[in-house]
Amino acid sequence: MGFQVEKVNDVLVVDVEGQLIVGNRQELKQKVLEELENGERKFVVDFEKTGYIDSSGLGVLVSLSKKVREQGGELRLANLNEDLKTLFELTKLDTLFHIADSREAALKGL
Amino acid sequence: MASDLVLDLPSDLASIEEAVDFVMERCSGCGEDPRRLRLNLRVGLSEALANAMLYGNARDASKRVKVEVAFRGSAITTRVTDEGEGFDPYHLPDPTSPANILKAEGRGIFLMRKLLDEVYFNDCGNSVTLVLRLPPFRDDVEVDGGARA
Repeated sequence: MGFQVEKVNDVLVVDVEGQLIVGNRQELKQKVLEELENGERKFVVDFEKTGYIDSSGLGVLVSLSKKVREQGGELRLANLNEDLKTLFELTKLDTLFHIADSREAALKGL
Repeated sequence: MASDLVLDLPSDLASIEEAVDFVMERCSGCGEDPRRLRLNLRVGLSEALANAMLYGNARDASKRVKVEVAFRGSAITTRVTDEGEGFDPYHLPDPTSPANILKAEGRGIFLMRKLLDEVYFNDCGNSVTLVLRLPPFRDDVEVDGGARA
């Protein structure tokens, strides 16, 4: 369980392996903020290997998206399973994020 | 509440996953739709535990969180109680409103209420009860460790 970071052209892709929950949200936040400080502006968070997200995990994505946008960048999400899609829909966060069905689709046009 | 399972947890966020996994395992034979267990009960219980540890007990390592689970013919009932002073759960901002949607916090109880069939608090607000109703009783299913009563 953890976060794997990969650079695809000029986009930083973060794989969330396992869960994004109150116990590990700070790790993701720190990784993305470090990269933002280093000059990265385009991010994709890939949930293909993610079991579930809790409200703290949703909150850290909101917070990161806001910080990335403030720096003129964009953070997109990819590969949400049906459970994760339901959480985004219930909280209306599906209206806030660009959510792609695949990593490739998320990278396209970013 | 007559409980079939009781857990006494430290106020340690790292203990949430293992505790939730344990409850999920015990519920796995109850006849409920696996998705409702995996999504609705799992997320609801995780949120209740995180709230109890983060806000109720304010991460005070000396304070405990009690989890009680009852398997009955019609429902799985889970109660989470912390040692904090409680709060008013009935006047919380709507996290989906435009004024709040960009906030990082405030979605836990909202999700509990969306995902569980019933969510209610005790008078002071330091104990929350989550009810997941089960499909009509079948006498051929048992929860792990005992028949559905």
